[in-house]
Amino acid sequence: MEQTHLTPLYISLKVAGISTLLVFIVGVCLAKLLSRRSFWGKGLLESLLLLPMVLPPTVVGFGLLILFGKNGWIGQWLASLNIQVVFSLLGAVIASAVVSFPLMYQSASTAFNSVDARYENVARTMGASEWRIFWTITLPLAWPGMLAGLVLTFARALGEFGATLMLAGYIPGKTDTLPVAIYFAVESGQTEKASFWVIIIVSLGLSATLWLNWWSNRTRRLTGR
Amino acid sequence: MFSLNITKNRKQFQLDVCFSALAEIVVLFGPSGSGKTTILNCIAGLEQPDSGEIRLDQQLFFADRHKPLPPQQRKVGYLFQDYALFPHMNVEKNIRYGLPRKDADLRSLLQVLRIEHLLASYPWQISGGEKQRVALARALATEPKLLLLDEPFSALDSETRKQCQDELLRYQQIWNIPFIIVTHDMDEAKKLGDTLIFLENGRIAAIEKKALAHE
Repeated sequence: MEQTHLTPLYISLKVAGISTLLVFIVGVCLAKLLSRRSFWGKGLLESLLLLPMVLPPTVVGFGLLILFGKNGWIGQWLASLNIQVVFSLLGAVIASAVVSFPLMYQSASTAFNSVDARYENVARTMGASEWRIFWTITLPLAWPGMLAGLVLTFARALGEFGATLMLAGYIPGKTDTLPVAIYFAVESGQTEKASFWVIIIVSLGLSATLWLNWWSNRTRRLTGR
Repeated sequence: MFSLNITKNRKQFQLDVCFSALAEIVVLFGPSGSGKTTILNCIAGLEQPDSGEIRLDQQLFFADRHKPLPPQQRKVGYLFQDYALFPHMNVEKNIRYGLPRKDADLRSLLQVLRIEHLLASYPWQISGGEKQRVALARALATEPKLLLLDEPFSALDSETRKQCQDELLRYQQIWNIPFIIVTHDMDEAKKLGDTLIFLENGRIAAIEKKALAHE
């Protein structure tokens, strides 16, 4: 009994962990690539990247179904590789990743742009390669802002419901993340079970925001800004 | 010998300047927005002119129909207006940042600039005058063949400023490379410059050479 109680938490952490890792890598690379660069259509591209933040999750879920469904563009191709997205853990990961991506991209983008270009320029005149400048100047200076984005992304991924339900469905022991499990527990009148998970997810969310608050205060103090 | 002859279109005016420098102090003097910093950025390779040529001794920094030399290969030291010391590194790491060898001997540089006691401090822990000397040490540590200074004393109070100006004259004698200094302070320009270049709306209005007075 104890095991089934904790299964949704375990699945949620797994889904949010994997999706946050993916989103972090892709978000940071894209943000770095697009920062301090202007080209035709950049505004449109950035709007598209941020779109999942303003759309209802059901709309995102619908779009993902079209893409990843059996007859979808990507779904068909994945099916030929024997990979199924719909009604699978992978589906939950993709839904969480897409919905939480804008938070990471936005944070990383702001963080990169807030790094004073003079630091990078002075490093260039000192002979440092672009690669070295990124690792020793840009990334460390942008890190506090990015870490905040990382925590928000994880929290958002953990709380994802609509798109997850549409793409991954509700398969107990397989795709029942905490938010989905809460919904179906309430639906079937299992208030006690739902309350237990609600407490868990509220504690996780609260720890994330508390830590974020503490961290940003500490960073401000340490850098003397 | 350093020489520059460039044009660059800017929003308000066209930059069109030509001058050369030996191992001396050249002061670019003019009101803000007259293109002084743009000239320094072009010399350092952080911005590119539209056309013309920039050359230091045998090395071509920029020329029409040539790929501009990247800033990394120009051996040009650049002291920014408020020094741009890396805030997350202590003084020693700042100074050593551009050095290929970790154990390079910096003692004489640190001695001349009187900053040996600051090595473990972070930029936000030291005074304006100290920051300036650290930034200078950082720029000189890479042994540049040319040093650019953008309003190097504007962040200092007048007492420190005077002192730092005297020191800068001394450093130029020691390193014996061209220093190109941007300022909008007339007294400072007169005190420091061997050659004074007066800029107005991107063009050279006058060139004055101090050396001529002695000849």
